[in-house]
Amino acid sequence: MVLLSPLDLALAALLIFINAGLSLLLRLGIGRQLLIAATRTVVQLSLLGFVLKFIFNLVHPGLIALMALFMVFTAGWEVMGRQKYRFTGPWSFGIGASAMCISSFIITLFALMAIIRNDPWYEPQYAIPLLGMILGNTMNGIAIGLDRLTQTLWEKKAIIETRLMLGQTFSESVADIRRDSIRSGLIPIINAMSVAGIVSLPGMMTGQILAGTPPMEAVKYQILIMFLIAGGAGFGTIFAVNAGAGRLSDKRHRLRLDRLRRTGRGG
Amino acid sequence: MFRAENLRIHHIGPLSFSVKEGECAGISGPSGTGKTILLRALADMEPFSGRLWLEELSHDQIPAPQWRRRVALLPAESQWWFHTVAAHFPGGFPEKAAQVLGLGPEVAAWEIHRLSSGEKQRLSLLRILENRPRVLLLDEPTANLDPKSARAAETLILDFQKKEQAALLWISHDPEQLNRVCHTLYHLENGYLSLKGKVLH
Repeated sequence: MVLLSPLDLALAALLIFINAGLSLLLRLGIGRQLLIAATRTVVQLSLLGFVLKFIFNLVHPGLIALMALFMVFTAGWEVMGRQKYRFTGPWSFGIGASAMCISSFIITLFALMAIIRNDPWYEPQYAIPLLGMILGNTMNGIAIGLDRLTQTLWEKKAIIETRLMLGQTFSESVADIRRDSIRSGLIPIINAMSVAGIVSLPGMMTGQILAGTPPMEAVKYQILIMFLIAGGAGFGTIFAVNAGAGRLSDKRHRLRLDRLRRTGRGG
Repeated sequence: MFRAENLRIHHIGPLSFSVKEGECAGISGPSGTGKTILLRALADMEPFSGRLWLEELSHDQIPAPQWRRRVALLPAESQWWFHTVAAHFPGGFPEKAAQVLGLGPEVAAWEIHRLSSGEKQRLSLLRILENRPRVLLLDEPTANLDPKSARAAETLILDFQKKEQAALLWISHDPEQLNRVCHTLYHLENGYLSLKGKVLH
């Protein structure tokens, strides 16, 4: 394996700086976010590198659960941060985090207990990376689905209210918006599965092969991961979009956009 | 038949009033005084405190979608979401009523983006009447119409009212129109609704 020196990474970092410069030049307003995200990557991954060996030796179910909870909460926080319109009060974090719990948590448990069946099943060397990969991807689906839902409801307020005034239930009047939001959350993983192996070589599989794993074994793991991610993104997005739509209505079938507030962030 | 009791919405109220079967109550008042919000609350589209009564039932005894079929609000600005006119009339296009408004049966097949704002306004009136509401809340129903179409719309609304013995609440900035169509006149200003008088026909 070719070892990378700090200088090699510095060369790669040049790309980030050039892009940030372009953003400044073209007034894209994304440069700051790009730099912050890149810095976070370096800091977070380095930290993980330091502690991973420690975590992998830590075959204690309570501590692993704590680590997993921390990961899920961070993901919920991240989902909230990406919304242009946020739910007021604890709902913004609550909907994102509970959707992550329901999708990623349960699916990881399912994969560990029913498919991988290691002894013990919570062996951190499998549990933590698996949860991490599923979280990272379902998080995208949930964030996109919710963002689409709240934005469309905001834009189509007048139409939804007209449908309500004609006697439709809240569910009927937002049915197509809800469907579109769920679809848009699932598109990234569908795209990823469609081009896997032809256009994109998935990172985990490539890494395993680089590290010397027989390609077919790596492929099997990659297929497993893809299916788990698709399942997680599906459950998570459906749950989050439904919970979000529910929060934006009340028992008198009104559209309650007063339960959203606009933030400066998001697309 | 339709009653509001100690109604409060934001800065408006508390106000109480009632409208009888076959009666039309006009509401006037300066812009921004909350006439639209008042009608929205009556259709249960806006959170409010107080109580609404339709015949012997209060609003919380009827599921909201049903309430809005019986106490129907026609907003000032009409909205359309399907491609064609006909798709917005699930029970079929009401050709006879459309004729009264000067719209032929061919309009049903038209695409929404071809319609003028006046045509949209008239079609939205037809659409809400299809629900045969007991109470019809009208927010400047003829604001986008030329005088001839406005008169036709008035005729259609009043015919419906007579036939169904519906109660009407009619917002308008045109005092002549209110005198023409209403029995009772109210004025909303500074959050208070005052009775301006009765009209003798």
